[in-house]
Amino acid sequence: MSAVLKTQSAIHPGNRLYRSRKQVNFFLLAVSSLALAFGLFWLVWILGTLLYEGGSALARATLYYQMTPPPGADGGLANAIVGSLLMVTAGTLLGTPIGILAGTYLAEYGRRGWLAGATRFLNDVLLSAPSIVMGLFVYSVYVAKVGHFSAWAGAIALALLVIPVVVRTTDDMLKLVPNTLREATMALGCPAWKMILSVTYRAARTGILTGILLAVARISGETAPLLFTALNNQFWSTNLNAPMANLPVVIFQFAMSPYEDWHRLAWGGAALITLAVLVLNIIARALFRKSD
Amino acid sequence: MSTATLNPSDAAGAAARRDSPPPRRLRSAPWADAAFEWLTRIFAVLVFSLLLAILASLFVGSQLSIEKFGLSFLWTADWDPVKDNFGALVPIYGTLVTSAIAMLIGVPVSFGIAIFLTELSPAWLKRPLGTAIELLAAIPSIIYGMWGLFVFAPLFQSHLQPAMINSLGTVPFFGALFAGPPIGIGMLAAGLILSIMVIPFITAVMRDVFEIVPPMLKESAYGLGATTWEVVWRVVLPYTKVGVIGGIMLGLGRALGETMAVTFVIGNAHRLAVSLNAPGNSIASALANEFTEAVGDLYFSALIELGLILFLITTVVLALSKLLLMRLARAEGTRT
Repeated sequence: MSAVLKTQSAIHPGNRLYRSRKQVNFFLLAVSSLALAFGLFWLVWILGTLLYEGGSALARATLYYQMTPPPGADGGLANAIVGSLLMVTAGTLLGTPIGILAGTYLAEYGRRGWLAGATRFLNDVLLSAPSIVMGLFVYSVYVAKVGHFSAWAGAIALALLVIPVVVRTTDDMLKLVPNTLREATMALGCPAWKMILSVTYRAARTGILTGILLAVARISGETAPLLFTALNNQFWSTNLNAPMANLPVVIFQFAMSPYEDWHRLAWGGAALITLAVLVLNIIARALFRKSD
Repeated sequence: MSTATLNPSDAAGAAARRDSPPPRRLRSAPWADAAFEWLTRIFAVLVFSLLLAILASLFVGSQLSIEKFGLSFLWTADWDPVKDNFGALVPIYGTLVTSAIAMLIGVPVSFGIAIFLTELSPAWLKRPLGTAIELLAAIPSIIYGMWGLFVFAPLFQSHLQPAMINSLGTVPFFGALFAGPPIGIGMLAAGLILSIMVIPFITAVMRDVFEIVPPMLKESAYGLGATTWEVVWRVVLPYTKVGVIGGIMLGLGRALGETMAVTFVIGNAHRLAVSLNAPGNSIASALANEFTEAVGDLYFSALIELGLILFLITTVVLALSKLLLMRLARAEGTRT
């Protein structure tokens, strides 16, 4: 009887191998939970800092209607906010149609041939390529040629960042549309272009819209590509053919300066941008979740 | 549009055609189909050629510097705008070192988070936690930079750095990496902030590839008495190895090209230092700081060559990442 008890089970606590395996398992899973806590810790810390430092600046109405001030004076970020809105809008309007059409080719016509596969590959590389290089590219092909910095150049640089995101999501979302839908439409005698415009686009609408929103969210916070293209402008300007103030570059300039009141404005701008980007992200996610 | 034509010898059909208005489908011009296909193809070609165009323009822009310095540009540490003498060693070194630090911290943490999200998390927590980690990627990089400069660097300087210098800095040989005065900003601070920024990218890929592991494989291992960790280490990881490396490469590509966050905290000093606590420079932050202030064609050209080097490195790393992930996807297709 006692012999049976001793060997009774492999998971008996007396089994050293079993115990050490349990301990290793427990330890490493605890480490994994700690890793998650580590990630969340930074998120909470960064967002908390933004709220704490930027909250008071956001609550001041002057932020929204006064221009960026010279050091030591009171002011707001009105020209930078409008500049950012203008350039993000222009960049999105330029980049979205290109991205959607290219994505349509990949998903609808690119079944055969090498072009679609190669484009998909290069597009994925572009998706994560350093944004500062886009700024350099637009500088050398546009700014250097026309001879001056301009908001258009900034918008083009932002459009170049929109394109890969929209191509990718359009391609992915169109590929999710069931082929039977296409076949049914074609069987009714509908030409392919009309089938794409009125059936597959409609079926993939929310997905494509999600992609556009995510692209807008991405370019709203981009600083690097604007440094050499839109530059900055201390004054109110809506002339797209001239340098234009924009939130990211103003934040960069103000934060790197030694002036206290510029720092305060930079925190306000940072909180504003982050809020906008996070809201856009959350809307995009909610939209996408509702569609599936 | 052969579907639109009726047989002309068919009298009844001809009569029907005379009496009724023409069918709607005839309004669609026969060339519309080809036109739309070509329109989309043109834009696909545009996207296809974008990467090549960027490479070409950077190459043309850096011609002057390439001719003057040749390959020695890569290992020259001088960066002297006054004497027009340029070398990329310091920024290249800074870029590689900060990215290496980011990978050293970011990869294990991302792995841990991905395990938590796929194997440990209760189902109702998966989505909110996953979204929270993804939001780390949504925060603009300039915010990381500002937070790093104003919040993280001072704390790092007053608490973490002195402790590190006093403990790790005294180890022979290895200690030189941590020696020097604690000034907060520097390559180590930049690497730490980069590590936070790459976590969401690596985690997202790891989580996706962990989820494609067939449940039957995992259940078989559990059935044999394996612990959760053993299932992850011996079943999930070998199965998804290629994809995990692809995810790491993606994070590396992101870290190499990150500009604003690094610019704020790296210190922007064109100086080669052994210590990680010393300020340095990275390719992207050198561009961000100096490009609009550069005077002289050669200076410009040298900066553009820096951009070319950065673009080449990231393109190779990202292409490798994509190839690995594609290989996993293909293997997945054949293994089912």
